[in-house]
Amino acid sequence: MNTWTIARKELSSYFRSPIAYGVMCFFALIVGFFFFSAVRFFLQQSLQATMMGQSVPLNVNEWVVRNVLNNMSVVGLFIIPMITMRLFAEEKRTGTIELLVTSPLRDSEIILGKWLAAFILYLTILAVTAINMLVLFAYGNPDWRPMAVGYLGLILQGGCLLSIGTFISATTRNQIVAGVATFGVCLLLWVLDWVSQFDSSKLFSVISYLSVTSHFESFMRGVLDSKDAIYYLSVIVFGLFMTSRAMESIRWRA
Amino acid sequence: MIKVEGLTKRYARNVAVDHISFEVEKGQIVGFLGPNGAGKTTTMRMLTCFMPPTEGSATVAGFDVRENPMEVKRRIGYLPESPPVYPEMEVIEYLEFVGRIKGVPKASLKSRIDEVMQKTAISDVRNKEIGKLSKGYRQRVGLAQAIVHNPDVLILDEPTSGLDPHQIIETRDLIKGLSGDHTIILSTHILPEVEAMCQRVMIINKGKLVATDTMENLSSRLHGAETVAVEVLSRDGTSSPEWVRSVQEKLEKVAGVSRVLAKEAKDSNDSRARFTVESQTGSHVRPELARAVVEAGWQLNELHGMGLSLEEIFLELTASSYKEKSEPAPQAAAEEAK
Repeated sequence: MNTWTIARKELSSYFRSPIAYGVMCFFALIVGFFFFSAVRFFLQQSLQATMMGQSVPLNVNEWVVRNVLNNMSVVGLFIIPMITMRLFAEEKRTGTIELLVTSPLRDSEIILGKWLAAFILYLTILAVTAINMLVLFAYGNPDWRPMAVGYLGLILQGGCLLSIGTFISATTRNQIVAGVATFGVCLLLWVLDWVSQFDSSKLFSVISYLSVTSHFESFMRGVLDSKDAIYYLSVIVFGLFMTSRAMESIRWRA
Repeated sequence: MIKVEGLTKRYARNVAVDHISFEVEKGQIVGFLGPNGAGKTTTMRMLTCFMPPTEGSATVAGFDVRENPMEVKRRIGYLPESPPVYPEMEVIEYLEFVGRIKGVPKASLKSRIDEVMQKTAISDVRNKEIGKLSKGYRQRVGLAQAIVHNPDVLILDEPTSGLDPHQIIETRDLIKGLSGDHTIILSTHILPEVEAMCQRVMIINKGKLVATDTMENLSSRLHGAETVAVEVLSRDGTSSPEWVRSVQEKLEKVAGVSRVLAKEAKDSNDSRARFTVESQTGSHVRPELARAVVEAGWQLNELHGMGLSLEEIFLELTASSYKEKSEPAPQAAAEEAK
């Protein structure tokens, strides 16, 4: 109940500032471009395949959907910091955090409410890109199941990066610092799995396991793997737990 | 209503609040007076459960801030130094949000907000964005926020800071009007403000409670002795050290004067002589001083009572409490003399 009150307040401030529209517009444009180029490439390839006498038509899911989803997961790294950077930093700067902390609210309600608002905004942004996929249904015959799994992966990946961003925002009173730091961490979590490409020792496979993108691959291929889902869920919980620690420190040091 | 015992807040390097104890009765307005950095805000933050005390205890309406913070928070309305408003929200929307998180029942929320807006006279800006309001209005929205859940206790941190004189008077009247229903603690570093609003005053300096008294007692203690500034012009517009000395002697002879200090002239061409005159307790020396100057044929350029500044009050209070403590000193002094 209180969680929802906080979430509603955050959402209304997102949609009252240009942030929400800016991010949504930027994401829709870029994903639209990826989609357009993926479809063009797919058309060219399938034309060639038909000319070469291949009887089985190329798979839309494989050629278009997977490509676009993969790109979306990378672009997601760029928009997450923009969503989370103001969550706590702004309240700490203007002093409204004092209002929240001295109200009969639990820390968990404040944190969950804020994360939830960021998550809902992220879902809205994803929903806008679904228009592209609907176009595929209008003109082709793609399988909706791997597509749904792919979106689920995007949702989980976003949720876990959002929770990390929420934590970082709670550690500073400067939005820009929060944004840049979150971007840095997101980027790092993205490239971590590159190490496993040239070395498969224990250490490197552990490092690679921590990467958010390595867990996205199975979702992208349309495979729902509980191992990866658990990774994402545990990072979400961990990030929110760290946020509650950070809030505790606001109290002790303020 | 509020009971504080040995409340202490220690940081790594300094002590912000040092073993403060006091009690506030229901319905009182109590002023927390002290210079910036004295520990007023820290004390208030501990009372509002914003931060936990390092030591000591505080109870609000019978609930301990450490053991039952939720119950305490429900019974406290808090206005921090800068009103905790969201500039992009409309006034009514903001109050709705605060009402919700403070636990005002949904059924009565609307009527409660109307009531609060009327009390704080912000009904006319209900649909305006808070960021576009003037500072005075924003302060009133802050006050409305603090009373929206009808708390037993109101804690206001420098409620008039940064307002223009007109807004200050408005805010003071508003706070006085609220005193019937709420127990109020407010902090300030302006003495007249406490005089205008509070029944009791607690003076805090460097984290310690220096004095706690009713307003009447405190002012009689402070205004007993008077300090007067006197500026005298000589007849011919010239000034000499001899003349200044003669004026000083004349002033010293006035009944009730205990001490006259001459101030240094700014430059040698200055024909004015300035003095600070201290009077004995209970005597009204100003008319007598004026008469003495005029009868001697000089011109009285300026004569005004100097109110005690906050610093002087602290000095006075800390000095007097120091004296009381070191009462059995004569013996030691006698020994030292040997």
